[in-house]
Amino acid sequence: MDLKTKYLGLELKNPVVPSASPLSADVDTVKKMEDSGAAAVVMYSLFEEQIVHEQEELDAFLSQGTDTFAEALSYFPKPDEFHNLQAEDYLEQIRRLKEAVDIPIIGSLNGVSAGGWIDYAKKIEDAGADALELNIYYIPTDPEMTAEKVEEMYIEDLKRVKNSVSIPVAVKLGPYFTAFANMAKKLDMAGADGLVVFNRFYQPDIDPETLDVKHDLEFSTSYELRLPLRWIAILYGNIKASMAATTGIHTAEDVLKAVMAGADAAMTASALLQKGVEHISRILTDLQKWMEVHEYESIEQMKGSMSLKSLAEPAAYMRANYMKTLQSIR
Amino acid sequence: MKRKMVTIDGNEAAAYVAHRINEVIAIYPITPSSPMGEWADEWASKGVKNIWGTIPSVTEMQSEGGASGAVHGALQSGALTTTFTASQGLLLMIPNMYKIAGELTSTVFHVSARSLACQALSIFGDHSDVMATRQTGFALLASNNVQEVMDFALIAQAATLESRVPFLHFFDGFRTSHEVLKVEQLTEEDMRAMIDDELVHAHRARALKPENPFIRGTAQNPDVYFQGREAVNPFYQKTPDIVQNVMDKFAGIVGRQYHLFDYMGHPEAERVIVLMGSGAEAVHETVEYLAERGEKVGVIKVRLYRPFSIKHFIKALPETVKNIAVLDRTKEPGSAGEPLYLDIVNAFVEAQSEGELPFAFPKIAGGRYGLSSKEFTPAMIKGIFDELKKEKPKNHFTIGIIDDVTHTSLDYDRNFSIEPPDVFRGMFYGLGADGTVGANKNSIKIIGEETDNYAQGYFVYDSKKSGAITISHLRFGKKPIRSTYLINSPSFIACHQFVFLEKFNILEKAREGATFLLNSPYSREEVWDKLPKVIQEEIINKKLKFYVIDAYDVAKKTGMGVRINTIMQTCFFAISGVLPKEEAIQKIKDTIKKTYGKKGDQIVQMNFNAVDQTLAHLHKVEVPGKVTSDRDLKPPVPKEAPEFVKDVTATIIAGKGDELPVSKMPVDGTFPSGTTKFEKRNIALEVPIWDADICIQCNKCALICPHSVIRPKVYDGKLLENAPPTFKAVKARGKGWPEGYMYTLQVAVEDCTGCELCIEFCPVKDKKEAGRKAINMAPQMPIREQEIENWEFFLKLPEYDRKKLRVETVKDSQFLEPLFEFSGACAGCGETPYVKLATQLFGDRMIVANATGCSSIYGGNLPTTPWTFNKEGYGPAWSNSLFEDNAEFGLGFRLTIDKHNEQAKELVYKLKEKIGEELADAIINAKQVDEADIAEQRDRVEELKKKLKSLNGDPDVKNLLSLADYLVKKSVWIMGGDGWAYDIGYGGLDHVMASGRNVNILVLDTEVYSNTGGQMSKATPLGAVAKFAAGGKPLAKKDLALKALTYGNVYVARVAMGASDAQTVRAFIEAERYDGPSIIIAYSPCIAHGYNLKYGAEHQKLAVISGQWPLIRYNPELIKEGKNPFMLDSKEPSAPVSEFMDVETRFKMVQKIDATRAKAFLEEAQKIVKKNWLKYEHLSKMEY
Repeated sequence: MDLKTKYLGLELKNPVVPSASPLSADVDTVKKMEDSGAAAVVMYSLFEEQIVHEQEELDAFLSQGTDTFAEALSYFPKPDEFHNLQAEDYLEQIRRLKEAVDIPIIGSLNGVSAGGWIDYAKKIEDAGADALELNIYYIPTDPEMTAEKVEEMYIEDLKRVKNSVSIPVAVKLGPYFTAFANMAKKLDMAGADGLVVFNRFYQPDIDPETLDVKHDLEFSTSYELRLPLRWIAILYGNIKASMAATTGIHTAEDVLKAVMAGADAAMTASALLQKGVEHISRILTDLQKWMEVHEYESIEQMKGSMSLKSLAEPAAYMRANYMKTLQSIR
Repeated sequence: MKRKMVTIDGNEAAAYVAHRINEVIAIYPITPSSPMGEWADEWASKGVKNIWGTIPSVTEMQSEGGASGAVHGALQSGALTTTFTASQGLLLMIPNMYKIAGELTSTVFHVSARSLACQALSIFGDHSDVMATRQTGFALLASNNVQEVMDFALIAQAATLESRVPFLHFFDGFRTSHEVLKVEQLTEEDMRAMIDDELVHAHRARALKPENPFIRGTAQNPDVYFQGREAVNPFYQKTPDIVQNVMDKFAGIVGRQYHLFDYMGHPEAERVIVLMGSGAEAVHETVEYLAERGEKVGVIKVRLYRPFSIKHFIKALPETVKNIAVLDRTKEPGSAGEPLYLDIVNAFVEAQSEGELPFAFPKIAGGRYGLSSKEFTPAMIKGIFDELKKEKPKNHFTIGIIDDVTHTSLDYDRNFSIEPPDVFRGMFYGLGADGTVGANKNSIKIIGEETDNYAQGYFVYDSKKSGAITISHLRFGKKPIRSTYLINSPSFIACHQFVFLEKFNILEKAREGATFLLNSPYSREEVWDKLPKVIQEEIINKKLKFYVIDAYDVAKKTGMGVRINTIMQTCFFAISGVLPKEEAIQKIKDTIKKTYGKKGDQIVQMNFNAVDQTLAHLHKVEVPGKVTSDRDLKPPVPKEAPEFVKDVTATIIAGKGDELPVSKMPVDGTFPSGTTKFEKRNIALEVPIWDADICIQCNKCALICPHSVIRPKVYDGKLLENAPPTFKAVKARGKGWPEGYMYTLQVAVEDCTGCELCIEFCPVKDKKEAGRKAINMAPQMPIREQEIENWEFFLKLPEYDRKKLRVETVKDSQFLEPLFEFSGACAGCGETPYVKLATQLFGDRMIVANATGCSSIYGGNLPTTPWTFNKEGYGPAWSNSLFEDNAEFGLGFRLTIDKHNEQAKELVYKLKEKIGEELADAIINAKQVDEADIAEQRDRVEELKKKLKSLNGDPDVKNLLSLADYLVKKSVWIMGGDGWAYDIGYGGLDHVMASGRNVNILVLDTEVYSNTGGQMSKATPLGAVAKFAAGGKPLAKKDLALKALTYGNVYVARVAMGASDAQTVRAFIEAERYDGPSIIIAYSPCIAHGYNLKYGAEHQKLAVISGQWPLIRYNPELIKEGKNPFMLDSKEPSAPVSEFMDVETRFKMVQKIDATRAKAFLEEAQKIVKKNWLKYEHLSKMEY
């Protein structure tokens, strides 16, 4: 049985890829992922805030109160250098992972502005990453910010990164675009080697007792796969870039669905955080079993088989589909 | 050999050499010597080796006494050992110095000489400390500038090894220890060439060692002690020649020739000044100037002061000398003259009587100068030389002050100046927070190390820790700079803060045609009309070139926040012409890369960007020909201030304290309380505004306010009739207030530092807009005038009757008037809220012993002090003795009070009939537990005093009258930081706790020596980076509470106001009511923790919920009731320690240096928390 797939031009032994999560911060865990059959690993994200703010914060707090009072011209010793700034540590982790495992390591850079953080794309490449996932996490809260400007910003960010690296670059993005297919096309045209759909925005909650806004982590469920599934199915065949489904991949069945919709890879984090990285091997075993039972020879064979283009009834992914669902409820 | 030129200060120069030629270094922080220990510790942690290829072992001790003991031990066991100290620290070393010298042990102590605490403490420089060690047997070697500090550190070491006489190498505190100067750096080869390894081996061979057993340190008796003392004589006799030989050897290797007494000046000088220390540089410079103009003057720089070589001294003098002035930078009251003077007089007397004086006996006058870094200028020096021309020069004179009491001072021409025109002289006025000093230090490095120019920088700091003003004095020139005094005619003046223009005439000293750079929020077109009149006049009259830049705007646009250092530095280079502009900008960028590179390239880029943006925003102002402003500078204090404040304090505030004559000074260091209220500093750009509509009147904001600027009051609404129009008031909430009573929360906007602690601590959120609180920040300027009026009205409203308040609650405690206000503490200080609370609860009958440290500085540093008094005239009586003796000092208060109370009661009993039995019994038997009891007793005592005054004649009556106040309960408070309580003062603290006497000890635990810049104490928690623990403290914090409660009869509380204010208030009240020793250990957020202090309360919560700071109380009173005295007031830790450690730079820094170590610290810290919790839990469950 051939589980091989090609994602971002990388040959993967199967479509199951752990997506960006804190799990990749530990070398042993990544080794276990490889042992359990993971085809590649997307590293945890290096955030623009980390790169910029950590340095600013360190500078601000170490210089706070200095050269102010004759008896205390400083408040901290002065180390020659700081080795483990999170950004540096991130690059170091890429090197460590590359040494520890054979599967491709995909770096992940999370940011939004046109600042210096983009330089880290090159640094990630230099550290040995096989590909880069550009995670553009932007909430356009400013009412003056138009859709055009937002889209332009995404394209610009991508172009800047593409210009600075030669490894493949995937763009991970959210679904909140008026014309997502068009957006995907634009990114494709701008040189994206892959699209990862969709980013899961952690939605804030309100605590009415304390009047605080709460942020907590809720794991995804298989149900949430429906949204990426639809858009992958729609985009399949319309763009050159490869595609990965993320959010809601928990089981072998979820992987199958993603591939059938047209995904080249199926990315999972919640399931691994909940069940341990060994869960990958169960997914793969189940996947093979299913394929055996249903007499599929390869992943390539089923890829896109349920995409918009492949369906006899394309309306299934369109508005008519909504009407149908409503009717079925009645 | 070409040696590297470096721009460094004296402390670094001394430490640079000392680190490389020693094996063991024992240290303890004290200003101004702390940086020497910090350098050694930092280098040791970075692996910098000595010339024998090993890293010196650097150990922080608990006091200078301890450091000298460890030094003595290390020397006796054979290590090359040194220490660094000053002032009181040196005094604590004296006992060991006698031992070390008596045992002929080679060592060098490096001392940045500083004043001693007499009528007042002073951190600044003079020779009082060094002079107190003359009799110890140490050789005393004086360096006069930074180059000499480096050279003499090495010369002293070589000489001590050869002579076996220990050396004290000293240089002037601040003027030399902190002056940045371009010097030639000695190489390790120089050091190897100077230090004879054979002598090192001989030193080791004399060591205590079981392989070579002997006994040293015996007890001797009348038969032999005397002879033993005399046995050292040959060593002292040889030392001067040894030192001169070493100096000659040094000259051969390095090229700089020194002598025991260096003469310079006219070869036929008739008038000569003799002195040592940095002042000699100014005299050298003045002598050069005068001699060039034909005046027959000269100077003798005394290098080796002990052992004093008469032979060398007489030889050094020109034979033409007729008049000598000997200058001492110290005072010895009651002596026949100051030490150097007496030595010189003696030298002549002996030389003459021995027939070895080759010229006529000159006239010799002794004088005092420069105490506590008082300026010593060419004008003063010229004044002394002029005095020496007189037939009968004044002896025992002073110079630099106006002594209108005993008329010791010499008059001099204040306008005399010798500053050469080819030396660039710049003065830069900045705020501590804006980075001015740091930028100037960088500029000095650029000019000093990358051009042929010589460079000098000296920095004058504020006496306040918040809103502090800094003045940088920079000189650049083609020749070495010997001007060891402040600039008095700058050719460049930069004002980095527009508001300073309203406070002082910063252009007063500008020379004609000088350049004036102003950071201004106003454009080049607008700025002129915004200037005060005097500034406009100065600019026009002196024809100044005037430039402006809105540096804050550039900083904001380039992401620099409030740090305008790089921007102003770029402006300086752009317009000063010190270097070609392009070259200068490249060098600024190189320096930025060097300075910030280690913190990450983002910071570098940000600074580069700021440099690039600056020039486009820097503009020359076309100066109009006429003055358009009618605004005068603000008076330093208001007209209503008391006479002393207007006369003396205001002069000091205005920066003219040097002009105050002796007659204006209190003779014994006694100053009036409550003067901060007259110094309106207006340092906060934003201040809190009360939202009366949503406030729940909990008073938490007032409790946490470090500067007592937020005050709640409840009062009769009828009093609002004449309230100013914007005065806010609402109905007082809660039960128990009389009908019609109103509540107001008033902010003293002129005294606020803008720290925002109150905002963060306010528990209220606006129901309509959750981001708003019941107190919110708003710009100060638009509301300043109205709030000044409101504050004045508020102060006039009567205080609520203390007797009727439930003072044990947080809310009511804050209706008590704070008697500690507007201190100079840092914005967001975590200590002062506790101090203020104590004054609210007990201030009107409180006497405070305050250990030296932050609290004694913000509590007692001139010009104005925060301890104040109430309308009845009662308030805390405060004093600072020393650092090490504070517990004992406070116990002394208690001993007096108890004795006087006892004596007063005896007299009341004795005079019962005259006083009236009822009153006498009531007074003697009064229980004085709560506010009402104490108020009643106070009334009784007033009645008693009235009666006593009506009875005349009887000595007992008079006696009782002078003791009657002691019948009212007094509250003795012993306060200080953790450096005092855990380290230097712990022995005394322990003894005082064991005394059983009724004292209240408040430990303001910032977990580091805050006042001297964040050195590790035994209170520093595991894993925290501090100075002397550069890699993170490897051991756990000492559990002072646990140690205290082992006594069983000591009330102990560990509190954290931000985590549980109710527990804090309760603990203060219980501690004070307990009739025995009490100790409160109060968690105090500090700038040295490395986070924005507005979140101080939040960090306290984290410290508590993570188990890092469990809240406890141990009340021995409960034992009497058969209850467990131990109360664990915080819940079982509900968060991992990492949550606390991750948010403070002091812990987080370790991750950035060594992630593995950080992880190990974290695991260990978690284990300690668990272990401690089990211990406390066990204690809390014990059955009694």
